Amino acid sequence: MAPGRVTLALHLGVPAVLGLLQVVLPPFHHGMLTRIMLFATYAAGYNLLLGYTGLMSLGHALFFAAGMYGAGLPVYYVGLGPGPAFLLGVAASLLLAAGIGALSLRTTGVAFLIVTMLFAQVGYLATLHFNRITLGDQGLVLAGRLAPVQVGGWTLPLTAPAVRYNLALAALTATLLGSLWLVRSPVGRVWIALREHEERTRMLGYDPFAYKLLAVVCSGGVAGAAGAAYALLFSYVGSTFASILYSIYPLLWTLLGGAGTILGPLVGTAFVTYAVDTASSLTTNYLLIVGVALVLVILWAPGGVMGSVRARWWRELP
Amino acid sequence: MPGGKLTRRQALKAAGALAGAGVVSRWGRLVDLPYVYAQATGAPPLKIGFQVHRTGIGAVYGKWYERTAAAAVRTINGMGGIGGRPVELIAEDDGTDPKRGTEVVEKLAQQHKVEFIFGTLFSHVVIAAAPRAGELKIPYLVVSEGYHVASGTLNRYTFQPGITDVRAQVTALAPWIVKNLGKRIAMVFPDYAFGYDHRDFFGAAARRQGGEIVALVPIPPTETSFTKYFPKIPRTADVVYHVMVGPGVLTFVKEMGEHFGRRKPKLFGFIDSLEGVDIGSPGLEYLDGSYLWEAFPRYAGEYNTQWEKRFRDAVGVDANGASKSDPKDVSTYSHMFGVWETLFVIKEIVEKSGYKSPKDYRAFIETLEKTEKFDEGLGHPQGPKRFVGRLHQVFGQQFVSQVRGKKLKVVHRTTIDDGMYPPEADYTKQPL
Amino acid sequence: MTPVGQIVLALLEGTVSGLLLALTAVGLSLVFGVMRIVNVAHGEFFMLGAVLAWVVTSATGSFLAAVAVAPVLVAGIAAAADRLVLRPVRYAPEATIVATIGLLYILQQLILGLYGPEARAVAPPLAGVVEFPWFGYSRYKLVAAALAGLVLLGTWRLVSATTLGLYMRATQQDPEVAQAFGVPVHRVYSAAFALGAALAAVAGVLVVPVQQAHYLMGLDALLLSFMVVTIGGLGRLGGTLVAAFLVGLVDGVVSIFFTPTLARIVASLLVAGVLVARAGGLFDGRGG
Repeated sequence: MAPGRVTLALHLGVPAVLGLLQVVLPPFHHGMLTRIMLFATYAAGYNLLLGYTGLMSLGHALFFAAGMYGAGLPVYYVGLGPGPAFLLGVAASLLLAAGIGALSLRTTGVAFLIVTMLFAQVGYLATLHFNRITLGDQGLVLAGRLAPVQVGGWTLPLTAPAVRYNLALAALTATLLGSLWLVRSPVGRVWIALREHEERTRMLGYDPFAYKLLAVVCSGGVAGAAGAAYALLFSYVGSTFASILYSIYPLLWTLLGGAGTILGPLVGTAFVTYAVDTASSLTTNYLLIVGVALVLVILWAPGGVMGSVRARWWRELP
Repeated sequence: MPGGKLTRRQALKAAGALAGAGVVSRWGRLVDLPYVYAQATGAPPLKIGFQVHRTGIGAVYGKWYERTAAAAVRTINGMGGIGGRPVELIAEDDGTDPKRGTEVVEKLAQQHKVEFIFGTLFSHVVIAAAPRAGELKIPYLVVSEGYHVASGTLNRYTFQPGITDVRAQVTALAPWIVKNLGKRIAMVFPDYAFGYDHRDFFGAAARRQGGEIVALVPIPPTETSFTKYFPKIPRTADVVYHVMVGPGVLTFVKEMGEHFGRRKPKLFGFIDSLEGVDIGSPGLEYLDGSYLWEAFPRYAGEYNTQWEKRFRDAVGVDANGASKSDPKDVSTYSHMFGVWETLFVIKEIVEKSGYKSPKDYRAFIETLEKTEKFDEGLGHPQGPKRFVGRLHQVFGQQFVSQVRGKKLKVVHRTTIDDGMYPPEADYTKQPL
Repeated sequence: MTPVGQIVLALLEGTVSGLLLALTAVGLSLVFGVMRIVNVAHGEFFMLGAVLAWVVTSATGSFLAAVAVAPVLVAGIAAAADRLVLRPVRYAPEATIVATIGLLYILQQLILGLYGPEARAVAPPLAGVVEFPWFGYSRYKLVAAALAGLVLLGTWRLVSATTLGLYMRATQQDPEVAQAFGVPVHRVYSAAFALGAALAAVAGVLVVPVQQAHYLMGLDALLLSFMVVTIGGLGRLGGTLVAAFLVGLVDGVVSIFFTPTLARIVASLLVAGVLVARAGGLFDGRGG
């Protein structure tokens, strides 16, 4: 089934608007949006697993961190260029996702949640344990060790705001359109079928394990790409990003924005980031406001923001 | 010391008058009165961004850093501000989180358009945020005591002019420990970067003095029960050297007491673990007679100078190191002076370099890098300082205190020279 | 210390921490089992218990008063949260997770605002050390472990031998059938949520003389409880208890041989291995 023209327009329109915004945004919001797009990429990857395949992981920080360290360590120690470093980061996360996925997928439901969390804790602790390499919680600064990207005759320093913004935009756009294509492809149909009714899907002759593993690998790879991009664009690699908090965030962003919708993770990430930023200017207890906001949004829209849009107004929203 | 006696008296008066107006409350924001001066003098305010750990694991320190910053700004504004401009402090919470810390640097620089950023404490936040400050080319003055500035990891825009780093602290203390407490030392330290600075630099310094590290016991920062680690400390150890951070310290001391009982080795600890904690807390009885490093003695009269008294008074700390309004609210006295001194460094260097606006950052940075010392005075109540420009790091004296009757008595004071080590980094070679 | 001494210490420490952990975990297990929801805010009830223990002890001078009052207060807060937040989202698993993350922030930040960021200690109600041949051990910790055991026993009685327990078990098996048989399912949910929170609060109260009350102490309690509940099996109180001992002992024994961070890596891998190897055996895959 080809996506409807309106749907396609919407999902092409959002990146286009984001692309235009960089011209008008003041510097601070320009930077905020750069980070939001990177983390929305992470959340969108997470959404492939949670939203479309129905598997709730609490261990995605491992894949994010695999991308971050996979890209960051070679830059720090051997001065690898940004392109190969990025690919190494993605490769590291794909490899880990395949291994961890093969093990964790023997479990289901809450056990899957816990097993992925445990593996992620192992990864987090490993970044601390091998502190002579990773410098532990303190982390590594890549600034000054990273060569600029060479595209044709152009030299693009990764720390230039415009370069950073457009690379984040490219990552997000690729992920959004890739997700849209994937979930409408035969593979995506099977994922959704697994989410809705695993036994029935199995009886139709599909191997649930293989399809779920593919979902974990895709999702982990996108998370890794986001992590690698963060390391390269923001010059920092540290174990905080491997901690449980960074497994909870994509879960929160995705559920709040609407799991199982293409744009939900972006909406959720933007909402939470700006809620924190705005509330912190008003009061010390800004997380209290964020907490209340979460509760209110979920009371009003239990399917997340985009989930409610779909339920109320736009049933075909992918 | 800029300004004569009259100015100082005026300063105190002004500080007193403003004390009621400048309110730091848990619930509200920092309320200050910079605009009063802005209107009075006609000069535009100098906006200084304050990156503060209001929430997260650093919140106890953050609370006192914020009170200290407010007091310093009141005092500075009472003296006529910085370079004739009243100071406006703009504080943003970073949640003690590296990602948010980076955002806060951007927010302060780009949205609030501050001219300096200062105040960050926890090393992972400093290290994540400093590269952004370098890119945005805004002076970033941290109060963190980590070795990360002096190690050369950061950049030309990042300084630590208000507090001595861990490497200097332990270098200064090692001879005293080996000579007075014993040669065979077991080290208990947090299993993260702050602990590694102790592990690496104290170990080396102790060996140079003929000491021996008989056990290294790293403890994960999230640990809540310590009993199982004590078997790793050999009975033959003369000294247990302990540095802990986070809420577990009371448990640690209590369980150490239960474990060793009367057969206890000598103890040398770092006040970091007991910042914000009452020395009379239940469970700390076991520390009686043991020794602690302090950067700045918590109990009044232990470092008896007029500047110490004025600092204590201005921040609102009583003779026991607690808040004047709540004796249970214990300060982080060995760290927060760094916030005060950093703000005065900004004042001194702005005035010395003729800094007027961000166009003059070069002058500010080069003047600071050429500065070799800060004299003891209102701006430097902790004592005289030596500044090493190529390291962007300040060096000062350290104190050893003994726990006696639920108080801390200073028994030794190091010189600045005791803490000097050969410099490795040179920031002055980096481009501006 | 001799190897025997080390092993005795590890076993003792494992038992004591296992019993305290079991309290929090059984609370979570009950909520998991009866309501089929993941309560991310469970650790905050543990924290609330600890903070209230400090507040009550400071106000009255009596730790026993704290033991009596704090769990009841926390149960009340939990019942209110159930009524105001969880019931309106109809306990939908995903909405519940977001709602309880919201609840986590709310409780944590309220405590930060009202109580502050400090870790505060409560003097143990009884002092003294039990001297073993190799080491000394806190008398209070032994008593606290015994108390935890008693509360667990009481919970087991409540679930197995009272009408409320019968209702809970019926709801756990099939809420719709239970409702058809006249079980007030909504009230059972409220009761289970309150009871689960109260158990976590009791654990919080009991650890304060050992660990201090701190506003961020909930997360570790939550993670450990999650682990324990999953190994033990959803809603199976006996399994939860065994798993709590297992986790306590593994952590204690493994850390004799490795540095602590490596010990935690090994312990996490072991627990994950158990879960993967016995998938479906210990656990029936519902919920989440």
